[in-house]
This record gives sequence, structure tokens and C-alpha cells, in this order.
Amino acid sequence: MKRVFVTVGTTSFDELIERVTTPEATQALKARGYQHLVLQVGRGSILPDSDSCHELTLEVFRFKDSIAEDIKCADLVISHAGAGSCLETLGAGKPLLVVVNDQLMNNHQLELADQLYQDAHLLYCTPSTLIETLKMMDLSVLSPFLPGKPKNFADFLDKALGVQ
Amino acid sequence: MLHNAFASLTDLSKPVAVVAMALLLGLGVFAGLCLTVFCFVVRLVIVIRSGSKCKPGKKGPISVLVVAGSGGHTTEILRLMDSLSQSYSPRHYVIADTDKMSEDKIRTFESTKDGRVSEGRFTIQRIPRSREVRQSWGSSVVSTLNALLYALPLVFRLRPDLVLCNGPGTCVPLCVAGLLLGLLGLKKVLIVYVESVCRVESLSLSGRILYYLSDYFFVQWSTLKEKYPKSIYLGRIV
Repeated sequence: MKRVFVTVGTTSFDELIERVTTPEATQALKARGYQHLVLQVGRGSILPDSDSCHELTLEVFRFKDSIAEDIKCADLVISHAGAGSCLETLGAGKPLLVVVNDQLMNNHQLELADQLYQDAHLLYCTPSTLIETLKMMDLSVLSPFLPGKPKNFADFLDKALGVQ
Repeated sequence: MLHNAFASLTDLSKPVAVVAMALLLGLGVFAGLCLTVFCFVVRLVIVIRSGSKCKPGKKGPISVLVVAGSGGHTTEILRLMDSLSQSYSPRHYVIADTDKMSEDKIRTFESTKDGRVSEGRFTIQRIPRSREVRQSWGSSVVSTLNALLYALPLVFRLRPDLVLCNGPGTCVPLCVAGLLLGLLGLKKVLIVYVESVCRVESLSLSGRILYYLSDYFFVQWSTLKEKYPKSIYLGRIV
């Protein structure tokens, strides 16, 4: 069963939750073969009812200690632009669509999402272009995100500090 | 002759003498202050410049003070710690006292690092958080000074060879305490700063301060390397 996981992080992002549960959005997801939609809504005021969606089976929760399992089980992750969620999703090798909260401009967290978008590791949209993006997006253009190389750091430090 | 000069000095009307004395005294104090500041700056520059010649690894294991932050900062710094060999021991992790998650993460990491737990090779230290997220700058200064009160005895007691940090507010007072050990000639503490991978275009507040005070300053994106030429860029390292 193909799953979509939507995460808003530690705060709230009602506009994303609202848009992604519109009939138009869920139809677009169904047309792509997704059957299950999991929403992590944080402190948001919108808590969709699991019966409210006819196209997909819906699961909603506010917070969990770790969303690693939800990411692992997902075939597509739709996330806010938070660095933690982006890195965790890409680290797990999952296709990622970042929805930027345009009401939070000048947030330094956007720097990373923007760079990762330029390097074609994720797709990028705003709540108002979400539905269109879900219809038109091509996940095959995404390039894999290779893990960083802490060994380079360790080698440099060993040399600089004279470790034998 | 000398006696005459002294007599003529005392002959001067009293107010003029008092003003002259006060001026001289003021000038002396000012010159003294300038000299102190000058000596301090010279000493600071000498201590910071001495970093590249400091090779604690040649003498044996390197004791490390690891400044973990919260959330993402802790995850990132543990990835760096994972890459370091057993030559970096003991490892003292500093966490903010309001941070419950980081301690669990550190304990899990240390217990899986080489598949065996051995107490004493690592410790966990707590200090007050110097800057909560979204705290104003004014109250940040006060709480950073407060954190310094805790950081000083901690660093003076542990005397690490190296302070490793990646940007939580707590790291500035700890690095300043490390610098002070060097200034007093007690021990050169190397400061290694790794800017978070989240920072692509601009440095964090801690980064902007420690760019000038650290011995090795790493950035993870080429844009930052261009803006801060003194930094070290080895690609993404977490």
C-alpha cells in the first residue's frame, strides 16, 4: 500500500494540512497510486477527521517521539521546510516535497531547503501551488542525496592535532 | 635647587594644584587602562594564533569537551563524534539543563559506538541554557553571562585539550572559558567549531562570534567558504 506522510514539525502549518486534505489534492494523490495518507499536524488547529476523506485512508496525529518510522514506511514525504525533517527524509532516501510556509519568510531554515532544491534533491512549492504540484510533479527528476562524509572531518582533525 | 622648585610648586594657588594633580592621575589611569587592554589584545591574538602549533595528539589521548545543543545540533555533533577514533578520550558532553532529549541520544550513541559501554570514558555535564530560541538579544546577554559563571569552573576543572561545538548558544561561554585558560597560560584549549549543515548562506550568531575566536572553523557549503575565507570547507561532513 503506497503511503504519503505529511509532517509540519514542532509548530503548526494549518494551511498545508487544509490544502492537502482538499478533495482535489486527495484525488491527485489517488491518481498517482497512493492509498494511505498520514498527517502529523503538530499544534495546528485543524485536526481532520479520519472519516472525512473518501479517496484515501487517513491517519492523523499531533506528535510522536520519533517520526523516523513514519518516514521509513512512506513512499512520499510532504514536509515543512524545517532542516531536521528535510535531512531525516533525504537521509532515509525518500522522495520529498517541501511546502514553504510563505508567512515565515526570512527564516534561516529556508536556506537549506532552498539549496537542496537547487541541487535537485527535493521538490519545492507553496500551499497555494500544492495541488498543482501534486498533479504535475515528476519525482524521477530527483537526484539521490548522498550522506555527508564525517571521515573527512576526522582525517583533517587527526592530521591537524598530530594524532598518530 | 630642588627645594626651591618644590617651594614654588607649593606656592601655586591650591585649586590649580588640585586640578593638575587630578589631571595627571586621570592620565595615568587612562594610560594604564590602555596598556592593560593592549596587553590583553596582544595576549589574545598570541593565544588564538598558537592553535596551529598545538598538537595534543602527539602526547596521547585527546580529552574533548563536546557541546551538544538540542535536537538537530545534538544529532549533527554525534555524527561527527562517531567519525573520531578512540584517540579522542575521555569525552565530556555538555548539555543545557533544560534539555532532556540530548542525554538519551548521547547515552545511546556512546553505548553503541564500539558495542561496549565503559563508564569513565565519557561524562555528561549540565549548564544553564544561555539562549532559548527566540529570546531577545538583551536578555540573551544576561543569560549568557550567567552561563559563563557555570562554564568557567567546569572548563577549569576538566581542562580539555579540545572544545568541539556546532552552534547552540551554550557553546560561546564554554569557548570563552577555554580561551581564558589559554590567556592565563594554564593550558591551550583548541576550539573547533563546525557550523551546522542548515547554514548555507549565513552563519549562526554563535558562528559569527566564534569565527574570530576558534582555531578550526568548519563550514559545510561553498557559499559560506566564499564569504568567510578563513573557514575550512571539506564538503558536507554530517
